[in-house]
Amino acid sequence: MNARRQRQWTQRAGFGLLTLATIVTTLPILLIVLLILQRGLAAITPEFLLAFPSDGLRAGGIFPAILGTVLLTFTMTLVVAPLGIAAGIYLAHYAPDNRLTRSIRIAILNLAGIPSVVYGLFGLAFFVIFFRMGTSILAGALTLAIMTLPVVITTTEEAVRSVPNSFHVVSVSLGGTDWQSVRRILLPQGLPGILTGVILGVERAAGETAPILFTAAAVYLPHLPTSPLDPTMALPYHLYVVSTQIPGMPAGVQYGTAAVLLILVLLMNIIATVIRSRARARRRW
Amino acid sequence: MASQIPFPFIAQQPLPPARSAKIVIEHLTLVYSDGRESLRDISLTLPNRAVTVLFGPAGGGKSTLLRAINRLNDLTDVKRMQGHIWIDGLDILDPATDVIALRRRVGMVFARPVVLPMSVRQNVSYGLELAGQRDRRRLSEAVHRSLEAAALWDEVHDRLDQPAASLSGGQQQRLCLARVLALEPEVILLDEPTSGLDPISTEKVETSLHELKNRYTIVLVPHSIQQAARMADHAAFILDGELVEYAPGRELFVHPRHPRTEDYIEGRFG
Repeated sequence: MNARRQRQWTQRAGFGLLTLATIVTTLPILLIVLLILQRGLAAITPEFLLAFPSDGLRAGGIFPAILGTVLLTFTMTLVVAPLGIAAGIYLAHYAPDNRLTRSIRIAILNLAGIPSVVYGLFGLAFFVIFFRMGTSILAGALTLAIMTLPVVITTTEEAVRSVPNSFHVVSVSLGGTDWQSVRRILLPQGLPGILTGVILGVERAAGETAPILFTAAAVYLPHLPTSPLDPTMALPYHLYVVSTQIPGMPAGVQYGTAAVLLILVLLMNIIATVIRSRARARRRW
Repeated sequence: MASQIPFPFIAQQPLPPARSAKIVIEHLTLVYSDGRESLRDISLTLPNRAVTVLFGPAGGGKSTLLRAINRLNDLTDVKRMQGHIWIDGLDILDPATDVIALRRRVGMVFARPVVLPMSVRQNVSYGLELAGQRDRRRLSEAVHRSLEAAALWDEVHDRLDQPAASLSGGQQQRLCLARVLALEPEVILLDEPTSGLDPISTEKVETSLHELKNRYTIVLVPHSIQQAARMADHAAFILDGELVEYAPGRELFVHPRHPRTEDYIEGRFG
């Protein structure tokens, strides 16, 4: 009896600790979101979203920054999604288990650990200067793409690996090629995981400042970019500028910018979740 | 005359008349790279349009032999493979052989029913679609015909578009058979196809096999000696990667020639 009570107590204490850990990790996120929305939402007016900044960024809107972030992430996705998914499928399905493959894997893991400012400097040297792209949307998007690649590759590899190998064996036994297994089974079945990876990567890139600092971003532009080789304003960089670089900045602009960035990212998160749960519902095994 | 005794009683003796031979295995030796279960110098001639049973204790190489016949071992790490397997005179182990075409001619049903994550209909038409068949009418005819032949049509005809995973285990295994039949193969390999099934489902599968053997060459690894005896037109006893005895089923299970065969059939080992 006593032993049983003790076990129950241990169990309760264990669950209590786990709950506490969950609260401790979620609370800061909730607080950040609530604080920023509470102070920022008031600043978000149609003018704020649709107008150019004025009065040395202290008034007006942030439209060029919103558009710039959308353009940067969109261009980056065009590059990172096909490349990362292809590499992930290769690693999961085609790559032989040898030293070369193992070093490629380690390289990818290391790539994921490199600080984003290093990517920024690499982008400056490689895309901006060496390939003469100048400070431009293209150079920034490519830099972001390289930074995001590891996430997309790793999640794609995991997602494809999670599809039972017996499906592949059956497909082959029915006269299927490797590619037909990939195309008809591995890819559709792994899609929820792959999409999650891509969107998480894109989301992270959308909020990054350092990689675009030297490669794409401008403090202020009087007109919208007209080509991929134009520089652009971008939300995270704009936020950095209005928060630290300009004296006498009204807090509304800062919180408003942060709120817009946050909402954009959360929106992508929600889209990712919806796509994933829809694709999961269609999955049949 | 040889036709009355079409098969040798003991292995590695004269081959049956050429016209009735479908698959000829010659001195097949296979070693996995991790040294696992292998085949040692197996020679065996499988007759056309009959059930040949490969039986013996687990780990003796039956599945490996079966998988060699449609080159599914290509997916595994095989260190060494020697010898020949001829199907209608074509050496299928020749590196130049078109493996894809071979696998369409030689279908495989696995021990665990693996239905693909799609509808019942798509499962059956999958192989044909891989082969490039797009004609909806043809596909739908093939689905009907194959499900009939696998004795499944009556049970699933009104839910062809439901997920295949929603079928029962026995139905799933017959679906796997139908999937193979859709390709109109010449040879069907079955690796313990009823090992996970209840007696009623097992009987249904065995009944379809009995009907199918009039049109197909069937190679079966049975999941019990009883099933081996029930199904075998010809039976090969395989022990530790070697062929011990090969004879018509009636002979082998009644008067085994080799003491090891007798011991195994009577349950003294294995």
